[in-house]
Amino acid sequence: MGGVTGFLLRRLASTALVVAGVVVTVFLLIHLIPGDPVDVMLGETASAADRGALRTALGLDRPLPEQLGHYLRGLAHLDLGRSLYDHRPIAAVLAERIPATAELAGAGLVVTLVIAFPLGLLAAARAGGGWDRGAMTFSLLGVSIPNFWMGPMLILVFSLWLGWLPVSGRSGPASVVLPALTLGTALAAILSRMLRSSVLEVLGEDYIRTARAKGLSTRQILVRHALPNALLPVITVLGLQLGTLLAGAVITETVFSWPGVGLLTIESIQHRDYPVVQACVLLISLTYVLVNTLTDIVYGLVDPRIRRGRPR
Amino acid sequence: MRGGLPALVLVLWVLAALAGPWLPLHPDAIHLEHILAPPWVAGGLGCDDLGRPLLDRLVLGARTSLLVSVGVVGLSALLGTLVGALSGWFGGWWDRLTVHLIDVFLAFPGILLAIALAGILGPGIDNVVIALTIVGWVGYARLARAQVLSLRSREHVLAAVALGAGHARILRWHILPLIGAPLIVEATFGVASVIVGEAGLSFLGLGVQPPAASWGSMIRDGTRYLLVAPHMVIVPGTAMALVVLAVNLLGDRLRDRLDVRQGPARARAAGRRRAKPADPV
Repeated sequence: MGGVTGFLLRRLASTALVVAGVVVTVFLLIHLIPGDPVDVMLGETASAADRGALRTALGLDRPLPEQLGHYLRGLAHLDLGRSLYDHRPIAAVLAERIPATAELAGAGLVVTLVIAFPLGLLAAARAGGGWDRGAMTFSLLGVSIPNFWMGPMLILVFSLWLGWLPVSGRSGPASVVLPALTLGTALAAILSRMLRSSVLEVLGEDYIRTARAKGLSTRQILVRHALPNALLPVITVLGLQLGTLLAGAVITETVFSWPGVGLLTIESIQHRDYPVVQACVLLISLTYVLVNTLTDIVYGLVDPRIRRGRPR
Repeated sequence: MRGGLPALVLVLWVLAALAGPWLPLHPDAIHLEHILAPPWVAGGLGCDDLGRPLLDRLVLGARTSLLVSVGVVGLSALLGTLVGALSGWFGGWWDRLTVHLIDVFLAFPGILLAIALAGILGPGIDNVVIALTIVGWVGYARLARAQVLSLRSREHVLAAVALGAGHARILRWHILPLIGAPLIVEATFGVASVIVGEAGLSFLGLGVQPPAASWGSMIRDGTRYLLVAPHMVIVPGTAMALVVLAVNLLGDRLRDRLDVRQGPARARAAGRRRAKPADPV
C-alpha cells in the first residue's frame, strides 16, 4: 500500500505550502495599512518618542525580510508578541478566548447535524413531495438570511418577547443556545441541500435497484445502503463548513457579545490593536486549514478512488 | 417565492437604487417627535433612533448594496477570469503559482479575510469594495482555470491552434464564449454573497460611515433598540433577505436555463474545495 503513504505525503506537502502562504499573507497584512501604521495606531497627536518606541517594538524599523524572520521565530515559540492595547502577551489573550469559541463551534455543529440530517434524508426520500419542497425552502431561506439578522431576530423572539433565554454574554448553558442556533441553521441549510442531492444521486445507482428488487424497505435502503455512500461528499462539505462556522463565529460572537476569538478580532480592530488582529486571523485560518487537511486525509483513506487519482 | 415575485423584488431593488438621487428623499432629516416611532405612528416604515425615516434610509441602503455588488462582482469576475483563463491556457510555472495563490486565499474561511482587510484598510465604502474584491476574485479564477483546462484539447481549439491563431484570438473567440455561462451563474450567486458581505462589514462598523446608510449598518443601529423599536431591525433585514433570496432564485433558474453542468462530478469537485452556493455570514 505505497499509495497510502504517497497520498499522505502529497497531502501534507501541499498543506505545508498553504500554511506557509497563510503565515506570510497574515504577516504582510500590517503592511497594508495605508500610510504609516504607527500613525494609524497612535493617532496624529502622538509624540515622536512614542512613535519611535512603537516602531521599535513592532520591529517596523527593520528591513522586511528581517521582520519576517523575527515573526517566524516568534511563531515557532508560540510567542505572538504583546497586545498594544493592554500589553499582555497575545498568546495568553488568545488562550483565554479559545474555549468560548470552541464551545460555540461545537454547539453550532450539533445544531447543524440535528437539523440537516433528518431534513436532507426526508427531502431525498420524498423527492418532489411536500417534505422536499419544505426542506428546500428552508434551505434557501437559511442561505439567504445572514447571521447578523438571524441573531437579532432570535434575540427578539426568544429573549425579549418570550423571555426564555438570555440576550447575550456567556453565562451558563442557556446562553449558548441562541448563538448556536444562529450559526447552526445557516450551515444546516447548505448541508441538508448537499445531503439531499448526494443521497438522490446514490439512489439512482444499480445496487439500490437491486436492493429494492430484493424487497427491502425504503428505510433500510436509505439508512443501510444509500447513506454510507452518500456520506462521503457530505463529510467533505462538513469539514469545509467548520471553517464557515469559525468565520461566521466572528459575526455571531459580535451579535451575542460571546467572548471568543471572533469577538476579540472585532474588538482589536476597534482598538487598532493590529498584532492581535493578525494573531486572531492566523489562528482561525490555520484551524480551518488543519480541519480541511484532516477531512481530506480521512476522505482519502476511506475512499481509494480519491487517493489514487486526485487531479492537481 | 415562485413566478414573477423574485423578478419584481429585483426590479424594485435596482429601480430604488438607481432612482434614489431623483426621489424626494430625506434620509438625514431628523424628526425629534418621531424618535424610534413604529410605522403606525410615524407613517412609512417608521423612524430610527434619531427620528430619521426608515423608508428613505432603506432606499439609500439599496443604492449602497447595488453599487458595492456591481463593483465587486464586476472587478473580481474580470480579474479572476483573466488570471484563471491565462493560467489554465498557458500552464507551466505560472499556473502552479496561480494554483498555490488560489489555495492560500481559499485557506481563509468565508469573509474573515475581508473583515481583517476592511479593518486594516480602515472604514469606508471604497475599502469595502477592495476587501471584498481581494477575497472574491479567487472563485472566478478557479472556475475559469478549470473550464479552460477542460477546453484546451477540444477539437475546435486544436483546429484553431493548427490554423495558427494567436493566444489572444483563441482565448477570446474560441474559449471565452464557452466558459461564459458558468461564469455568469457564478457571478449571479456572487451578487448575493457580496450583498451579504457588504452588509456584514457595515454591521461590524467596517463599512459605510454615518450618515450614509447600508442595510447592515441599519441593522447594527437597530440592535441597540430591539426591545422598544424592533422595526429598526425587521425593516432592513427583511429588505436584504428578500433581495438575497431573489438573487439566489435567479441564480438557480439561470443555472437550469444555461444548462451549466451541475452533475455529480462538478458538485463533488465543488464540494471538495468550498461549499456552494454563497457562504453564509
